[in-house]
Amino acid sequence: MWNTTVSIAFAVSMGFVAPLVLAVEMAPAPARQREIIDLLQQDCGSCHGLTLKGGLGPPLTPQALAHKSTDMLRTTILNGRAGTPMAPWRPFLSDAEVAWLIERLLRGVADAR
Amino acid sequence: MRVSLAACVGVVALTGCATVTAPRGTGDLGVVIERASGQIQLVTTTQPSVLGSVAGLGDLSHASVVYSRDQRYAYVFGRDGGLSKVDILLGRIDKRVVQAGNAIGGAISQDGRLIAVSNYQPGGVRVFDAATLDAIADIPATYGNAGRRSKVVGLVDAPGQRFVFSLYDAGEIWVADLSDPKQPSIQRFRDAGKQPYDGTVTPDGRYYIAGLFGEDGLALLDLWNLDRGVRRIMPGYGRGEQPLPIYKMPHLDYWALGNDAAFVPAVGRHEVLVVDPRDWREAARIPVAGQPVFVIARPDGRQVWVNFAPPDNDTVQVIDVVSRRVVHTLKPGKGVLHMEFTPRGESCWVSVRDENRVDVYDTSSFALRASLPAQKPSGIFFSARANRIGQ
Repeated sequence: MWNTTVSIAFAVSMGFVAPLVLAVEMAPAPARQREIIDLLQQDCGSCHGLTLKGGLGPPLTPQALAHKSTDMLRTTILNGRAGTPMAPWRPFLSDAEVAWLIERLLRGVADAR
Repeated sequence: MRVSLAACVGVVALTGCATVTAPRGTGDLGVVIERASGQIQLVTTTQPSVLGSVAGLGDLSHASVVYSRDQRYAYVFGRDGGLSKVDILLGRIDKRVVQAGNAIGGAISQDGRLIAVSNYQPGGVRVFDAATLDAIADIPATYGNAGRRSKVVGLVDAPGQRFVFSLYDAGEIWVADLSDPKQPSIQRFRDAGKQPYDGTVTPDGRYYIAGLFGEDGLALLDLWNLDRGVRRIMPGYGRGEQPLPIYKMPHLDYWALGNDAAFVPAVGRHEVLVVDPRDWREAARIPVAGQPVFVIARPDGRQVWVNFAPPDNDTVQVIDVVSRRVVHTLKPGKGVLHMEFTPRGESCWVSVRDENRVDVYDTSSFALRASLPAQKPSGIFFSARANRIGQ
């Protein structure tokens, strides 16, 4: 699980203080983080696979997402994608939660089961 | 891990204990998928109880099961392409192969000798010897001019040693005759409908129906009269209305028939559709609590039970097929994923994923008969499926 202290230390050491501190501020509370990961695995997992390696929907592994823009990912999650079964998840996730989720996906959800 | 029966306490291997305990049949047994831990529970239904579990089955999200006709072996189809033949009498894996990268389910042939698996990646159907799991035939789901391969869904068995399935990306239905297993004969039906998401066959094995995600309506193929081709039935059942976003795809697990009508989930609507199988026209729509996922009939056809996509996945509703109204609403808890009736329908087992429970309801009184612990349970499959066409 992303650790606030580590992330700030990492941010400082990399010279990326401002955006990452912002990310830390936006990060959902730990209990909510667990709910979101659960939603990712169980509900997104219905189509993208419990291990996120894909199903009716495409894989959501870091390799698969590496070349996608964060903006596109955010729009897809929040608004869905017309002509595909991808539904808008806006009723269930806030903008900040989606930003946090994308960041987690890009790093890889190692415990995805 | 072996099954540990009460009669075998202290005996490590059930095989060793088989000599000291009475023989048992397998017709009362079933399997509950524990999707998060890659294992299955073996259960018995007359006295609802868990006999044991079998682990090491891989990624079991969206896993499904068919049975050998002697009801001894459960073939478990995993998402990760794993095909496992589990001996439910001895409670152990008999054979296991990983036959593709990403799979969605399978079927057993009319003669019980072949297992077919529908694959997303690489898109197609692979056929295996049911006894040895040796590969017998490969049917790539290629379409278009560029040799692309489609994801395959809705694979069922049909009389005449056939398998029928739908190509999600191609919008086609294929009928594969495996009378000569090494030389499958394929008949393709193009323009079956946009994005077929699942398929099922009537209990007599005559009509194959595919649900369509990309358009309102269903695709119907009469397997007694293939020359007639695929017909679109109930086209535009929601035309002019804005469908709701889909948070979980509906399933056509088994054709729900009751009181001379068929009951199917509407896509993107809080409705169950009633179809008249004589002319395949819409007979009614029944308003329900959410978007239906499974719509299944009690074996006598008097009731139809329905579960729902999030956010209504804590609810199960029971439809009376005569009045065509919801007569009972259950709230088992969050994450109701599947329901399975006992062979003659006095009980319905309901998996409640987020509560880590399988609940057993009396279908007359709707009283909770039993509650069994299970880790993130999903599909429930009883061995009575062994001798049903299409299951």
